[in-house]
Amino acid sequence: MINLPSVIGRRMLGVAAVVTAVFGRELAAQTSAPQTSAPLPRQESDDDGALAKVRLTVNDQPRDIAVDPRTTLLDALRDHLNLTGTKKGCDHGQCGACTVLVNGVRMNSCLSLAVMRDGDRVVTIEGLADGEELHPMQDAFVRHDGFQCGFCTPGQICSAVGMLAEIQKGVPSMVSADMIGAPRVTPEEIRERMSGNICRCSAYPNIVAAIIDAKESAT
Amino acid sequence: MRPFSYERPDDLPSAVQAGSRQGARFIAGGTNLLDLMKVDVERPRHLVDVSRLPLREVKETPERGLSIGALVSNADLATNEHVRRRYPMLALALLNGASAQLRNQATMAGNLLQRTRCSYFYDVSKPCNKRAPGSGCSALEGYNRMHAVLGGSDACIAVHPSDMAVAMTALRAEVEVQGTEAATRKLAVSELHRLPGTTPERDTTLSPGDLITGVVLPPPPAGKQTYRKVRDRASYAFALVSVAAVLDTVDGRVREARLALGGVAHKPWQAADAEAMMAGVVPDKDAFEAAGAIAMKNAAAGKHNRFKVELSRRTIVSTLGELAGTGG
Repeated sequence: MINLPSVIGRRMLGVAAVVTAVFGRELAAQTSAPQTSAPLPRQESDDDGALAKVRLTVNDQPRDIAVDPRTTLLDALRDHLNLTGTKKGCDHGQCGACTVLVNGVRMNSCLSLAVMRDGDRVVTIEGLADGEELHPMQDAFVRHDGFQCGFCTPGQICSAVGMLAEIQKGVPSMVSADMIGAPRVTPEEIRERMSGNICRCSAYPNIVAAIIDAKESAT
Repeated sequence: MRPFSYERPDDLPSAVQAGSRQGARFIAGGTNLLDLMKVDVERPRHLVDVSRLPLREVKETPERGLSIGALVSNADLATNEHVRRRYPMLALALLNGASAQLRNQATMAGNLLQRTRCSYFYDVSKPCNKRAPGSGCSALEGYNRMHAVLGGSDACIAVHPSDMAVAMTALRAEVEVQGTEAATRKLAVSELHRLPGTTPERDTTLSPGDLITGVVLPPPPAGKQTYRKVRDRASYAFALVSVAAVLDTVDGRVREARLALGGVAHKPWQAADAEAMMAGVVPDKDAFEAAGAIAMKNAAAGKHNRFKVELSRRTIVSTLGELAGTGG
């Protein structure tokens, strides 16, 4: 079991959400019905009802699943692999709650079919921590209170990790003063680059602070 | 989502063959098609996944232009050194579109072929000639704030949502298409998309089975270039109006000006009359005002999008002013 960080004070009601958000584990699920790895019942997919076999490497583990071709990567993660840390918000690519890293790059898992990701490497919020040690981005979100209800947080954290990698790689943004030079990690850049992640609680100032902190502690 | 069968062909000929089947659709990034399938607007019976075909290269052409593979992601294209240094308006247009996640996923060709975001097109409970030909256009008398002010018809006033395609129009890009016939063919990007007329269900001039394999940019135009987008919020929103502009001046006169507009028509809109008027004139505020007026002279607005006419005109004047160094 994970040690709860000490900073959670003013919202004890939100502890379960916070733990889920930052660690990607469902406390509630552990105390109620046990989860199984069996997929949920699904409709037949095509004329012969064939399920597609898909191999993903999820959080460094090879995972083989058989899915209806309609299954999105998001639903495959949540319903077939029981990795419920990744959240379904809008299911239309507008909110960013489902953001995961695919082959090291952040994407909306709701807008990708699992069959199309066959052979790909996926990292979800559950795969960021090193054992009991939080990923620096998770740690920074906790320390800066970068959430309130926590629902968008797994997507925010995965997105932020992907975003820093993009800056490292030299991907420009539309607010970069100089599109030729190396982009910098500034609040303006972060706000622009994180605009695909909506936070209904509007924790944005703390999210920006957490990302800057994570970047600084990594360098 | 309705059932479909799925295949991932290994090579281009089999992809084109599979894509020409009745009810088949190509899929690559999936960011637009899957969204539309979820809301039951797109109902493909067969998906042909072309995402692993070898169309991911960006390379300089012998003429010093740029050849861009169909599957290059929007993010990779914006990051490409050639694009950033020599075609900055294209990098800007790409970076002004969508969110970072979507840019990582969406492909160049998918960006060209994305469908309108007209809310009535998305709402299967409403008449829409683009989605259900002959059913009528709900936007004509409806909430048409986001809709076309140029080139619309009585059947459809939807706008094309791409930023990238607007820059490519100003850059005079050519689209490479592989159909079921043996040879690849090329067409100007301005000939890819079409005006709605009486057949708004057709977004482009492509035929079933036609697969865009790439885009070729000619060498960058002389002079300065930029892309400006005006929208309701600072990031992650479709254009109300956007302007891709090139201004080349020699000895105090315009040698060439190019203007393409986004968010105002069923296709990226090349303001050809304004471009022609600008040639040879002194690049000052009066000339830019005249260009803006000419570009919008045939505008026709509905109840809620009238503001776009003036907004387009002002954005043209301001963008040209920025390029001329006389103030944005």
